[in-house]
Amino acid sequence: MQFSILTDYFGTYMEGFRGTILSSLLALAGSFLLGTLIAVFRISTARGLRWFGTGYVEFIRNIPLLLVVYIFYYGPSAFGLSLDGFTAGTIGLTVYTSAFIAEAIRAGIAAVPKGQTEAARSSGLTYVQAMIHVVLPQAIKLVIPPLGNQFINLIKNSSVLTIVAGLDLMYFADIVNSDTFRTFDTYVFVALFYLVLTLPLSYVMRVWERRLQR
Amino acid sequence: MKKSWKLLSVMMVVALFILAGCGNNGNNAGGSNAAAGEGGLAAIKERGKLQVGVKFDTKLFGLKDPSSGQVEGFDIDISKAIAKHILGDENAIELKEVTSKTRIPMLNNGEIDMVVATMTITEERKKEVDFSDVYFQAGQSLLVKKGSPVKGLADITKDSTVLGSKGSTSVKNIKEKVPGVTVLEFDNYQDAFTALKTGKGDALTTDDSILYGMAAQDPNYEVVGEPFTDEPYGIAVQKGNSEVVKAINDTLAELKSSGEYDKIYEKWIGKAPAK
Repeated sequence: MQFSILTDYFGTYMEGFRGTILSSLLALAGSFLLGTLIAVFRISTARGLRWFGTGYVEFIRNIPLLLVVYIFYYGPSAFGLSLDGFTAGTIGLTVYTSAFIAEAIRAGIAAVPKGQTEAARSSGLTYVQAMIHVVLPQAIKLVIPPLGNQFINLIKNSSVLTIVAGLDLMYFADIVNSDTFRTFDTYVFVALFYLVLTLPLSYVMRVWERRLQR
Repeated sequence: MKKSWKLLSVMMVVALFILAGCGNNGNNAGGSNAAAGEGGLAAIKERGKLQVGVKFDTKLFGLKDPSSGQVEGFDIDISKAIAKHILGDENAIELKEVTSKTRIPMLNNGEIDMVVATMTITEERKKEVDFSDVYFQAGQSLLVKKGSPVKGLADITKDSTVLGSKGSTSVKNIKEKVPGVTVLEFDNYQDAFTALKTGKGDALTTDDSILYGMAAQDPNYEVVGEPFTDEPYGIAVQKGNSEVVKAINDTLAELKSSGEYDKIYEKWIGKAPAK
């Protein structure tokens, strides 16, 4: 192991690390909101919304993430628009992850006893109010463990940005590699940077899960 | 009891990492020791096949024809000549795809005997591999959409965005020539060219030899300005493998004296080599 790579290229690594963190945070917030919306669509009583939600989840979930990112990177040029690699990659990541989050949340909502909705509706709440005030708060609690897994996956998946020159950790690691030719060492340090993000997250998730089980 | 299990599993993971690190060092050491045996001339002859790392995505030099599955180009013709010289049969050859990023690791892992992949000879790379004589003289230039305001290196400023390929010397060069310029690096030239076509940058930079291939592929794009660097291409082998370097240099000398080199050059580049 050549630790001098880490010290010599620390600035380069950090630049990528910042990119990965920023992209992951944006995609995390975005995919949570979008995923919740799609989940509500999927169990909606309105047939159009339900079909849209199901179509969205099945389409996005069953194509590779890389393809989703390509769509947002190369696709807009057909309309005379152009997104940079970071933006296109983060949007792609958001859309892709939201499909999985939608499934997790839908499962959570399904696990909330039907009586809860019925009680809320019969006390005068509309469907949307019942969702927001009664069902979703309970469902979210149930889906925290699977959501945590999705967020860890999201951080790891953000490495896809490198393909579209998205200025993330992997992108800069490739540059360090082409400078040093020390392939193995270069990427071991990359693994450490990802672990710095994912290990605490999985620890927090485990503690949270245990508290909920009590 | 539960605690000790946890401790054990953590230790196992750590141990795994350390082992992986040692294993790699062991391999590296083995690789350089084996240079004389593994990638050496005797080993190639014993195998009866020359394993060459070439580009599969670079028009004129190494491009895989999707309909026939054949890889063709200047680099391939040179590789065949080397195979003929060493093994007496120009088809006793196995072509493996490399990119600018993977070619040195693959060579040093022993997956390929030599790299014939538009690779510029640099001092830095000489520390990692040994090079043959120059087999192609290229220079870095710019590819732009026809009608672009960029007419040459002088039009590239620190507000410009230039596209390139990861691990290539051209990316480092442009950063030196135009300090502060934004450079976006892609995994291969096809991705960089697609990025140029979809408006991700003002110009694509690499060796003119590769840019002419792209311009031949899409007439809406042209190479502008004079070449602004000297890029001598060499064939790389594992360090210390002087026998193979000699065999390659002998082949190149033969090709040049017989006039075969000029023929191959004209076949792909479309003009006679500059003397």
